[in-house]
Amino acid sequence: MPDKIPSDSVGIVKPQWLHFDEPLTLDCGRTLPQYDIIYETYGELNENKSNALLICHALSGDHHAAGYHSMEDRKPGWWENYIGPGKPIDTNRFFIVSLNNLGGCKGSTGPTTTNPETGKPYGPDFPIVTVRDWVKSQKRLGEKLGIKKWAAVIGGSLGGMQALQWSIDYPDSLDHCVVIAAAPKLSAQNIAFNEVARQAIMNDPDFNAGHYYEKQVVPRLGLMLARMLGHITYLSDDMMRAKFGRELREGQLKFNYDVEFQVESYLRYQGQSFVGRFDANTYLLMTKALDYFDPASKHDHSLAKALAHVQAKFLIVSFTGDWRFSPSRSEEIVKALTDNNKTVAYAAVKADHGHDAFLLPIPYYLAVFSNYMRGINID
Amino acid sequence: MTENKQMAGLRTDLSLISEWIEPGSHILDLGCGDGTLLAYLQKHHQVTGYGLEIDDKKVAACIEKGVSVIQTDLNDSNKGLCDFCQNGFDYVVMTQTLQAMQRPDLLLMEMLRVGREGIVTFPNFGHLACRSQLFFKGTMPISNALPNPWYDTQNIRLCTLNDFENLCQAFGIKILQREVVDATHRNTFLMNLLPNLFGEIALYRFKKA
Repeated sequence: MPDKIPSDSVGIVKPQWLHFDEPLTLDCGRTLPQYDIIYETYGELNENKSNALLICHALSGDHHAAGYHSMEDRKPGWWENYIGPGKPIDTNRFFIVSLNNLGGCKGSTGPTTTNPETGKPYGPDFPIVTVRDWVKSQKRLGEKLGIKKWAAVIGGSLGGMQALQWSIDYPDSLDHCVVIAAAPKLSAQNIAFNEVARQAIMNDPDFNAGHYYEKQVVPRLGLMLARMLGHITYLSDDMMRAKFGRELREGQLKFNYDVEFQVESYLRYQGQSFVGRFDANTYLLMTKALDYFDPASKHDHSLAKALAHVQAKFLIVSFTGDWRFSPSRSEEIVKALTDNNKTVAYAAVKADHGHDAFLLPIPYYLAVFSNYMRGINID
Repeated sequence: MTENKQMAGLRTDLSLISEWIEPGSHILDLGCGDGTLLAYLQKHHQVTGYGLEIDDKKVAACIEKGVSVIQTDLNDSNKGLCDFCQNGFDYVVMTQTLQAMQRPDLLLMEMLRVGREGIVTFPNFGHLACRSQLFFKGTMPISNALPNPWYDTQNIRLCTLNDFENLCQAFGIKILQREVVDATHRNTFLMNLLPNLFGEIALYRFKKA
């Protein structure tokens, strides 16, 4: 809980909802007849509506990207380091829209929402949505808010993939595209990690084929394991060594299977706290959206062809300690852009923090991001 | 290099190079520094293209100027220019960077693979000040163009005009234009008469023979 709101925070923010009656046809062939989107906004939309930024969230993120919901909040939004007055995503200049994607569990229509046709939660019957579906729903959200063109669409990790998809699907609807710690598609290794996470959830005795809400249980252990595994891939070996080493919680080996090493304690804590704030069906769905993302697949598997008609200017950022989406994955995007003579700036930030670096205040990353955002013309 | 001297060096190259480059060209600037040249060419010569740079501060400075900079290590033999396709650029420019490359010969060939023409500038190690320091003092030279001591310099492949021209001949590179100047951008009668002795900084424009 903050004693007082820091001066460079957007302060207390309130989520808003929009209801959409127009059916949304999804990549899987199914249609969502109606849906709700929860979102937050920071800063003021200018008269020309030319200063709007869209923030796309990552796997376990949501609409709450900055500020606090109340003075009792333990933590601010997930990108507090980068969104606020005077920060790279400067609320003094920009109007920022941050939403929870469809299939999420934080207020937008998803597996936990009641299916109007059955009167029960969608659960596993909620259609698997893709990055393209999200971008389509985000386009509609922008239109409802009166935004014809985003000054920039910005995202990290899975959020960066959405930004990239935006530039392909709606080339004239964004001026800038900021893709941070992302990849143009998942590697077999990435998919493998996701599959282990899914198996952990689906094999939990409380999973009940996804219909666990009715039984008033949650697949705790499965979701916890999935998060623990995910967390290992978000940190780097160096970071884990620096943070935990082989430090023992009680100073000596106990020759049993309790938590002994600090790293075990940390992972269990991360897993347990995740269970309280995230839905297992949403987790399954988000990992599928990641696995399916491959914009090149519709263009002869050539990313350069996929990006041939983009009009946005790009900032691509990667982190050297990120082995989940390593710099070379970002460089695939850079190459596809330069092959098409598109405007792109690329920074490879030296950071040991692993994939999570995109959330952390790293001086060079802050400088690059700020410099780029200052150059965005909003007249 | 100190910041001042570097700026002076870059400006020396800048106006001469910009005269060589046709307006509206697509260029690749290797070791583009803080992006001064590209920003100038974008603004005044409607040039498009990219700068490659390794240094964090310089990359951030490029982004501040609106230059399309790509952070990469030109000395990484796994990378180099392999991310760029053949003849993708009208010019590939490398100012004051050739002498810091592990393999200048290979990089020159790479420049002419991805670009129609190459432009390089480098400090002339055959300059009188260099020769006299070696001859009279018996020490590695320190000059306006080479301000750092031998043990703390990125300049690991110093060469003279003759060295460079011999390399071009050996590799089938045709020199289209040559200029020699001093660190303050002047070009004197003596430099034209004996460029390898009086030229402090050499500028070459070249293509495949």
